[in-house]
Formats: sequence, C-alpha cells, structure tokens
Amino acid sequence: MKHIQALAAVGLMLAGLGSANAAEISGAGATFPYPIYAKWADAYKKETGIGMNYQSIGSGGGIKQIKAKTVTFGASDAPLSGDDLAQTGLVQFPMVMGGIVPVVNLEGVKPGELVLDGPTLAQIFVGDVKKWDDAAIKKLNPNVKLPSQAIAIVHRSDGSGTTYNFAYYLAEVSPQWKTNVGVNTSLQWPAGIGAKGNEGVANNVGNTKGAIGYVEYAYALQNKLTYTKMVNKAGKVVAPTSETFQAAAANADWKSKPGYGVILADQPGDKSWPMTAATWILVYKTPQDAAATAEALKFFGWAYANGDKMAEELHYVPMPTNVVKDVQATWASEIKGPEGKPLYTASK
Amino acid sequence: MIHAAVHDEPEVHSRMAVLGRLRASDTVFRILTRAAAIAVLVILGAVILALVEGSLPALRAFGFGFLYHEQWNPVTERFGALAPIYGTIVTSLIAILIAVPVGVMIALFLTELCPMWLRRPIGIAIELLAGIPSIIYGIWGLFVFAPFLQQTVQPLLIDSLEPVPVLSTLFAGPPYGIGVLTAGLILAIMVLPFITSISRDVFDTVPPVLKEAAYGVGCTTWEVFRHVVLPYTRVGVIGGIMLGLGRALGETMAVTFVIGNAHRISGSILAPGTTISATIANEFTEAVGDLYTSSLIALGLILFVITFLVLAAARYLLARIERKVA
Repeated sequence: MKHIQALAAVGLMLAGLGSANAAEISGAGATFPYPIYAKWADAYKKETGIGMNYQSIGSGGGIKQIKAKTVTFGASDAPLSGDDLAQTGLVQFPMVMGGIVPVVNLEGVKPGELVLDGPTLAQIFVGDVKKWDDAAIKKLNPNVKLPSQAIAIVHRSDGSGTTYNFAYYLAEVSPQWKTNVGVNTSLQWPAGIGAKGNEGVANNVGNTKGAIGYVEYAYALQNKLTYTKMVNKAGKVVAPTSETFQAAAANADWKSKPGYGVILADQPGDKSWPMTAATWILVYKTPQDAAATAEALKFFGWAYANGDKMAEELHYVPMPTNVVKDVQATWASEIKGPEGKPLYTASK
Repeated sequence: MIHAAVHDEPEVHSRMAVLGRLRASDTVFRILTRAAAIAVLVILGAVILALVEGSLPALRAFGFGFLYHEQWNPVTERFGALAPIYGTIVTSLIAILIAVPVGVMIALFLTELCPMWLRRPIGIAIELLAGIPSIIYGIWGLFVFAPFLQQTVQPLLIDSLEPVPVLSTLFAGPPYGIGVLTAGLILAIMVLPFITSISRDVFDTVPPVLKEAAYGVGCTTWEVFRHVVLPYTRVGVIGGIMLGLGRALGETMAVTFVIGNAHRISGSILAPGTTISATIANEFTEAVGDLYTSSLIALGLILFVITFLVLAAARYLLARIERKVA
C-alpha cells in the first residue's frame, strides 16, 4: 500500500514537472503586491504545477514591459487612464488592496494613540506644521502629551504607488497640496528626507525622534511602528485594520472609472480608512500568446477564489466578491484568442 | 653532410612553412589585440551616442536651463539638474578632503614607520576595505553610522559651531543623521583603500639610497617624506586620488542609503541632498513619460561629462608637473 502511494506521489511530481515546463506565467511590475503574488504563485504551483515568474521592478517598469509585450501581464499601483487603455488594447482589473498608514516616532505615544486628519497631514508634509505641539495637532489630540519637538518628515525617494495613493489622498483633502505639489509616483517634496522603499521609510522613522512617514500597513506592523488613527470623510475616527480597509473598498463605486481605475482614497462611509489603495493587473485584449494569457487568467481566478486567507495573513485586503464577479465578467467578454474565442470561462 | 645536402630542398621548404606560420600567427595576434582596443572605442562611442540620443528630448525642452535650475518636479515635468550636480560634487569633495590626507598618512606609516609585524595586518585590512560591496557600506551607514552621527556628532557640531559665522550655516541643524556630510564620510571610507594602496605601492618604489642619503644629512621623517618621497612619487599619488575621485563621483548604492534623497540645495552639509547616480537609481524604475526618462538619461550624460572633465584635469595637472620637473 505504502509503495503504491509513494509511486503515485512520484508520478504526480513528474506530471507537475512536465506541466511546469509547458507553461510558466510571466509578469512584472509593482513592488507593493509582490509578497502576496509570490505566496499565491507558490501555493498555485503546489496545486497545479504551473509556476509564475513575477519581477517586482516597479509599476512604471511593469507598464513599460507589458507595452513592450515582453511579459504576459503587467502590474501597477497607479491605474492607467481610459484613453491609455483604449489606445494600447489593454484590460485592467484590481487584484488586491492594502492600506497606507502614517507612522510616527514620538516618545510615550503608543500605536493608534495619535489622531490626525487629512488637512493636518497635508500641512505637516507641506512643511507648514513644523512642531508636534502645533495647535492643529493639539486640537485633534486633547489627551495626548505632545512634545515641542520639530517634525522630521520622511518620504519615499523612489517612485512608488504608495506615494501616488498617499499624494492622491492629500490632494483630495487639501487644495494647497493639489496646486503646489500634485499627484504622481514621485513628487517634488517641499520638505523632509527621502528613503528608499517601504523598509527605508520604516527604518528612518524608527531611528529618528520626532519623525513622521507613511508606509504600507504590513511594514508598520512588522517594524512595530507607531501608526496613527485618521479622521475619515464621514468625520469619524478610524484605526487602520482590515475591516476599515474593506469598508473603503465596499463603499467605492468601482464601475465609475474605466478599467476599475478607482483610487480608494477618501471614500465615504463611517468605517472607511481614508488611505486604502488597490493594485491593478494589465493584460492584452487580444494577446499574442493567447495560451499564456489564458493560463494567467486561470491563476488570477484561482487567487480570487482561494487566496483571501493568504492575503489577510500578509495584511493585504482581498477584493469584495461583487467586484470579483464584475472583473470575471469583463474577462469573459473582452479578452479573446486569435479566433475571437474567449480565453476565460467563468465555470473554471 | 651529404645526407643533409640530399634533403636540402624539403628543409628549406619546411623552414619557409614555419616562418609563414609564425608570421601568420603574428598577424592574427596583431589583429586580435587591435580589435580588442578598438572595441573599447566602439563601446565608449556607443555609450556616448546612446546617452546623447536619450537625453535629446530633455535638452530640447529645457536647453541650458537644465544645468542651472534646481526644480525637479515629476508632476509638472519641469526638470533641472542643479541639485544632483551640486550633491555629486560636494559629497565627492568631502570624501577626497578626508581620504587624501588619511590615505597618504596610512601609506607613509606602512612604508616608512610601521614595525614589520604590523605591516601585514594593516595592509590586508586596507585591501579588505576595498573588497566590501557598496551595498554593505550603505546598510552599515544607515543602520549604524547615521544613528551614531545623529545622536552624538551632529548635535555637538551644531551646538559648538553656532557662534562661528560661516561654519554655523555650513553645520546648521536639525540633526537628521543622514545627509550630505554622512554621504561624504561614507564615500571617504570607500575611496580610502584606493588612495592608500596605490600610494603605498608608489612609495615602495622610492630608491632606499635617496632616503638614506636624506636621513644621512639629518632630515626628519617629515622632511624626507616632503622633499624626497613625495616629489618622486607624486604622479602615482595623483593617479590614486583620481581613481578614488572617480569612484566617489559615480558611487550609487551606498550614497542612496545615507544622503536623504531630497532635490534641494542647502547651505548646510547636514541637510539632505541628492547625487546624480542616486537620483537615477531611485527614480528610473518608476519614471513614466518620455521627458522624465529623458531627463534622467541627461543626468547620466552630465555625470559622464563631469568624470571626463576630472580625468582631463588630472592629465593636464600631471603634464604640467612633468614639464616643470623636466
């Protein structure tokens, strides 16, 4: 009996190897979702034998690579515009979400103790609010002992989807930010120091007394940084949790933008975390290598169906079910092989 | 003899064949070496061409203003290279100002004063310093060196230099720990082994007779160094300094970690800044849009030109020294 089982296992492994050689999905782009894509790919390979090779070279690089058709799919933290999608023949859909949190380094202040609102956050990052005991911060935190310490601003030095989403939120809530700084993956920062990557910002904030920065939620937890609460659009104070990130996603009107390109900043709803961010996948409507794209869609479909728990373990937020249904309907109707046959059928 | 005469003709023939083979191999060798040398020129030309072609859109859009504008705004697509140029030059200058005296002193100690048993450990340590990858310097700089500077050295500098007129601006706070000075210090450590090992090698070439004669007439060690060793070896020492400067100008990873990456020019060397290579490394992956990418390539072209100018200046300096000596 044991022998038969062992033989069967070897047979399965061989079969796995065979199909791995036959199909390897390739993708490139955003660094923010890389940990979860890698985890999904690992689990998917164990289950189906089909591997995925994802290069986390940055959103800009991902867009360039998919436009050059060197990869099956591109991944970006900043959505492409409707015009851009139409021109290039790309289909865009959101894959997973995360939260961006302000982190501070203040003696005696515990995670979640400090409360900030959008306009104050914008004023801090513009450099107008210079000290921690400024009236604007004091008003929001009557019970927190704030030192008369200079605020040291830490921002990302590399181009990043995190910066894009953070700036988008500040531009929503502060006209001054909108006109003076604007929204992009990299900015002309009015003040502060730049650090490379989420880990760089986390480390600099951790090292510098009186510092404030912004990182992906997972990095704030891993580095045990002091994150702040935020006042959201509804005027309620919310803490960064999976629940508040999901609330923002549920309250968003996903169909209002082509390619589901909705930025989840400053969404309505009592429980919505104001700096929630989605990350997108880009594939061609009529890809050159139809088989590879079909495999990629199968993988994404599998991830939507089976990947939620893994995502939550890494502090990502899975897409709401209704959005997934819409996305899969888009796949079925828009992504086609050379003979016009749909590459994705919902039953699979 | 007779035997040889009989076989005379084939022997001449084979000698000709051998000679021909030698000549052929010589020709092949000449062609190969020449091809290798020309390949360098071709690659260099291709790099210049690619840089110029890539930077054309930016240069066309901003003209000479690209060189002297401080603004670097990816949102409005207004780019100027002044802040990275300034940062590149200032950090390299700090590095050279520190590394040259220290490096030359180490080399002098090793060749003239060091007891035999200490020579090898110090020499090996210097060579190991050159072998450490730059990313390690960057990580060490960020995690160990910068916090140390922030907590001890920088507050001391800021407080003690506050009453001094010029120095108070040069060392104005707040103490971030990372910034232009930190980058310069890390670079100094990185170029130190180049300057030291080349200086040591050329100091070793000074004929002992010259030094002994100088000591014989009663010179001090400093006088021997100043008037015998240094004049004899200055071409080599300047070569070492230029090699170090070249590395400091182009160093990317270590600087990116500790300079603060801010596109601003500040009077204080404690403030964050940026360099050309750090800007390219930081922003190239996410540079969307032709003008942005092109501006980054134009930065690369400027770094190329700066490096070329430094090398040219070094050559000119050496030529002048040699003429004076002659």
